[in-house]
Amino acid sequence: MATTETKKIKLSSAQELQQAVKRRRIMIYTALLAVALVAPFLAYPVFLMKILCFALFACAFNLVLGYTGLLSFGHAAFLATGGYFTGYLLSQHAVTPEVGILVGTLAAIILGTFFGLLSIRRQGIYFAMITLALAQLVFFFYLQADFTGGEDGMQGVPRGYLFGFIDLENNLSMYYFVLAVFLLGFMLIQRTIHSPFGQVLKAIRENEPRATSLGYNVDAYKLVAFVISAGLAGLAGSTKTVIFQLASLNDAHWHMSGEVILMTLVGGVGTLVGPIVGATFVLTLTHQLAQSALGDWVNVILGVVFVACVMAFRAGIVGEIQKFAKKNFK
Amino acid sequence: MKLIKKVLTAAVATAMSVGAAQAAITDNEVRIGYLADMSGGYRDLAGPNGLEALRMAVEDFGGTVKGNKITIVSADDRNSPDVASSTVRQWIESDKVDMVAGLVASSVVIAATKIMAGSDTLGLVNGSAASSITNEHCTPNHIHWTYDTYPLANSTAAAIVDGGGKNWFIVTADYAFGHSLENDVRTVVEAKGGKIVGTVRHPLGTNDFSSYILQAQSSGAQVVGFANAGGDTVNSVITAGEFGLAQSGQTVAALLFFLTDVHALGVKTAQGIQLVTGWYWDKDKEAREWSDRFHQRTKSRPSMVHAGIYSSTLHYLKAVETTGSDKASVVRAEMAKNQVNDMFTKDGYIREDGRMVHDMYLAQVKTPAESKNAWDLYKIIRTIPADGAFRPLSESKCSLVKK
Repeated sequence: MATTETKKIKLSSAQELQQAVKRRRIMIYTALLAVALVAPFLAYPVFLMKILCFALFACAFNLVLGYTGLLSFGHAAFLATGGYFTGYLLSQHAVTPEVGILVGTLAAIILGTFFGLLSIRRQGIYFAMITLALAQLVFFFYLQADFTGGEDGMQGVPRGYLFGFIDLENNLSMYYFVLAVFLLGFMLIQRTIHSPFGQVLKAIRENEPRATSLGYNVDAYKLVAFVISAGLAGLAGSTKTVIFQLASLNDAHWHMSGEVILMTLVGGVGTLVGPIVGATFVLTLTHQLAQSALGDWVNVILGVVFVACVMAFRAGIVGEIQKFAKKNFK
Repeated sequence: MKLIKKVLTAAVATAMSVGAAQAAITDNEVRIGYLADMSGGYRDLAGPNGLEALRMAVEDFGGTVKGNKITIVSADDRNSPDVASSTVRQWIESDKVDMVAGLVASSVVIAATKIMAGSDTLGLVNGSAASSITNEHCTPNHIHWTYDTYPLANSTAAAIVDGGGKNWFIVTADYAFGHSLENDVRTVVEAKGGKIVGTVRHPLGTNDFSSYILQAQSSGAQVVGFANAGGDTVNSVITAGEFGLAQSGQTVAALLFFLTDVHALGVKTAQGIQLVTGWYWDKDKEAREWSDRFHQRTKSRPSMVHAGIYSSTLHYLKAVETTGSDKASVVRAEMAKNQVNDMFTKDGYIREDGRMVHDMYLAQVKTPAESKNAWDLYKIIRTIPADGAFRPLSESKCSLVKK
């Protein structure tokens, strides 16, 4: 009798804890959303849109690195594919932006499926190298293809009218559209991670042979996660093209794959909000440095940040805060 | 009612003051933005020293235009068109920048000029090589000053064929830019009775050029042309130096090669290379005097891009002073009305497509015996007269050119 009683109490306190966590999470999300809604009145909207795009890109990347344990070194290919397809449709076929973005995302999903099928059965460094090699193929294809404009890039892409009637030339309406796209992508990732599917992904990350022995088709799970990630990276690239009205080779270059790793690591790999914080941090830092007298040092400073992160703050900004909170406020 | 009246009066007053301000200098300040690569591969070519050249121009002008202060802001474009596009947009929309100088990588320049088109901001392009900037990508809001690939390819090839180099071998970077350079050279060489005996294509960002250079060497061609850019050209030149192409009697022509590259490689490696340049610091007395001042400030000699930044900024400020306006269309028209006569060029003029037309120079890198100091690098072989140097307007695809 007594034992069931304690069990019940324990259960309810566990439930309470879970609810408290949930409440806190909702509070954090609401606060972030409020900040995002008023931000364009406080800071320059185009820069904020850039942050949102890269935050989405980093979140997508985090889905494979942080939650599945796959280090992809070829995510730039998806970003660029989304960008180029959207840019091509908008400038050559005068479609509305949402159609362009959808097709761009679709193109990235197809490319992601292809990449995934070829690379997913390898782990660690082999997986990274295969994705890097495939991404380099894509880079040289875009360099030589006629429709991309080669090293000059695809320029002067019109922003157009969303759904045919919302003028995106206006920075404010553009911003809220990008915010909506970002939230959609973020929600998809959030739902994926907290679903049973996401639990299996985490199991694979922790111990792949064990997940296999439990009867899960590990390759299929990894492939689906990879394709979702590729699609979201494509979505980020497509949106970016509409914002900046250009798609360039920089997006396909392996530097871009490296930059997204930096953003994710600095923010906190394997945390939901980490990549957003990381993208904001890295972009703000480069933006501020680029306009200051320290401009020449930007690469050195980024390098030092990266090294410091790897040496001292393995869990990244958000990860370290979480650790600190766990230790002190439990 | 009273309130509405007040608001209306205020609105009318504002509208009128805006109307009046149109012929004046906005915000009582002439704001110049310097956008260039400050940390990457083009740092030496323009970079922080370009900003110094810009400051020199502003100081030499007196720091003010008709009592309005001239201010300078600068930003690193990180060779990324995204960064360029958002920076220039912010400069135009929030900071009310009147002129953007520098502008190096072609993707950056095209992105920036597309943003400037239709605004009141004028772009003075100095760093970029792409001739498309005043061809299919021309806008009424920018002027291309220092050089472009048209004379680099055409004049280099023409001058060398005229000098007796009939058989060519071309090492080409395998993408649109390299292909178009190769085609330009082929057209000129064949038109002048020369022959292309062979070509080889290498991918962008190649590290090992030995196999390409050996093919060029064994082809027996009199001239080996490098139709590539940046790090690829530097690597080709180093490899050509190692295999001793110049010593074995072949002429090496680099189509896109800069003073700062030669300085970095040294005359021992780069000796004998023929190239076309828009300006050379030692070309005449005026250029030397300006270079000496530049050298005092930066401890290095100016590249043609640095000189172009100085020259174009000074020409711009003169036009602002004459018209009393910093509106792009007004200043642009005034700049085109006056010829450019300074340490950069004599009798240079701005065409309707935005190309500043001036003499170019065929130069050869000195041998270690000829070079007296670290910056004594070129001998000017001949002057390429302005009229034949740039793409003729009859071939232009620019929408501003009336035909």
